[in-house]
Amino acid sequence: MSVRRLNEEQPSEFAFTPENISWAEGQIAKYPEGRQASAIIPLLWQAQKQAGGWLPEPAIRHVADMLDMPYIRALEVATFYTMFNLSPVGEHFVQLCGTTPCWLRGADDLKDVCRKVIGEQGDITEDGKLSWLEVECLGACVNAPMVQINDDFYEDLTAEKFEQILNDLRQGNEVATGPQNSRRASEPEGGLTVLKGDK
Amino acid sequence: MLRDEDRIFQNIYGFEGADLISAKARGDWDNTAELIKKGRDWVIEEVKASGLRGRGGAGFPTGLKWSFMPKESDGRPHYLVVNADESEPGTCKDRDIMRHEPHKLLEGCLLAGFAMGAHACYIYVRGEFIREREALQRAVDEAYEAGLLGKNAAGSGWDYDIYVHHGAGAYICGEETALIESLEGKKGQPRLKPPFPANMGLYGCPTTVNNVESIAVAPTICRRGGSWFAGLGREGNTGTKLFCISGHVNNPCNVEEEMGIPLKELLEKHAGGVRGGWDNLLAVIPGGSSVPLLPKEICDTVLMDFDSLKEVQSGLGTAAVIVMDKSTDIIKAIARISHFYKHESCGQCTPCREGTGWMWRVLERMAAGRAQPKEIDMLLQVTKQIEGHTICALGDAAAWPVQGLIRHFRPVIEERLANGPMQEAAE
Repeated sequence: MSVRRLNEEQPSEFAFTPENISWAEGQIAKYPEGRQASAIIPLLWQAQKQAGGWLPEPAIRHVADMLDMPYIRALEVATFYTMFNLSPVGEHFVQLCGTTPCWLRGADDLKDVCRKVIGEQGDITEDGKLSWLEVECLGACVNAPMVQINDDFYEDLTAEKFEQILNDLRQGNEVATGPQNSRRASEPEGGLTVLKGDK
Repeated sequence: MLRDEDRIFQNIYGFEGADLISAKARGDWDNTAELIKKGRDWVIEEVKASGLRGRGGAGFPTGLKWSFMPKESDGRPHYLVVNADESEPGTCKDRDIMRHEPHKLLEGCLLAGFAMGAHACYIYVRGEFIREREALQRAVDEAYEAGLLGKNAAGSGWDYDIYVHHGAGAYICGEETALIESLEGKKGQPRLKPPFPANMGLYGCPTTVNNVESIAVAPTICRRGGSWFAGLGREGNTGTKLFCISGHVNNPCNVEEEMGIPLKELLEKHAGGVRGGWDNLLAVIPGGSSVPLLPKEICDTVLMDFDSLKEVQSGLGTAAVIVMDKSTDIIKAIARISHFYKHESCGQCTPCREGTGWMWRVLERMAAGRAQPKEIDMLLQVTKQIEGHTICALGDAAAWPVQGLIRHFRPVIEERLANGPMQEAAE
């Protein structure tokens, strides 16, 4: 478990945009009648997106009201699941995988880059562009070390490549996602060993 | 070595399209209605005959699990829930199925759902897999548009809906009852069993939870026959398996191989061998972070299947092979795994909530040489007090890697502790 508390400073209100309301209605329709609480994770996730990457307390209440749930149940969900950021994050939010498979392949070097370029965990750079957090296994272990920045994975990183990516993102340059070496996905880098076929 | 034509996932690397037309060209959705018309019992019997054991870690026979669902509905709907909450450190195979072979999974959902009398299926994708979720949703939309899902799915006469759902970063939701809780909109805290999900699962209805890979291989098993699958590997450990090879190998990769392939052959044929050569190998975690590690002398000969790895007091788990060469600080490597379990414990059972943090803190001290030798036995004892004393298997999963470390690398810890204070003094 980890300690998860709501941010001290909170906006006074939150409401979904009309587009997000109709999107949310589509999500709720996936579940049987009376089971609308099932949609809470997708809705909180959308609320976090709308709020700029973190989940303010009024947003949790807003979603609870939409789903006809007691506030405490929605708060439980928001504090239990670690992808809900309870405090503001940078515009590009770096989640750095530090679990053993990535650690074996140099995740510590990537952490050093974060400290150098961004600062300590949770710090947001002055321009508001970057912040980072060490997270647990992100599920791309054969492409280690890797980070997730907002919605995308950046895999097969080196410290140099990673620093370049951070700088490019900060300057608004386009950055290629996925593996940062010659690989397409999870195939071995040295050339295929199976399924060579006519490729 | 497994022949290419016996590989189920022909597009696992994504060199071809993941779209419906490309998937059909690979044989997916080929006359699915005909398979369904053979009946519910036929599907279950084929999967039973194949010997398929669940690919999510526990290795429970899949066909048998399906047969636990009530034969007749008592008025409650039946549900198939697909566990795509792939979070076991070292494991990244379901990700490739979702982004490169999604139609195999969807067709499998229809077949499996039909076999258990379900008309609805939820696929629970881990929250971090945002792009994978989008790829899967695209495939679902395509399948609906082509009439392969929905009313009279694929012309089979069976109505079937698939919904893509997602989590938000909790490893524990890979445990089936925690996943159900999460899908119901609650904290992902495992339920006591019984009642088992086959009787009381999602929304109190009969439910089966299966791993992505288990479901995605079902269509090929039905088409080629359970006996084809059973002819690969060895008895009790049949078929093909996606292996994820990470850590200190020259070319980390995912690869589909025959069950029972020797570990050494797996690493040398597909992953370019251990960094610095086989003799530079220190240890391997053969099945994801939950299973005990194996030192090199066992790795020399061990076969990669459920029973072979059980014999050496480890397990196949998810077949995520984490390789560590001699440069590895093995105590730190396991301490990092303990940190993972501390972070992911749901907090429901005291032995796990308190024990995972306790083990992590002791291991961190041991890694730094700041512990007393008698604490090694104390640590081992604590792992035994966690193991088997919690609602779900996360407690066991947290205890086993530590037990494996002490079993095989006790001298390393002892040496570190013996040199500890001296090192500190030198600093």
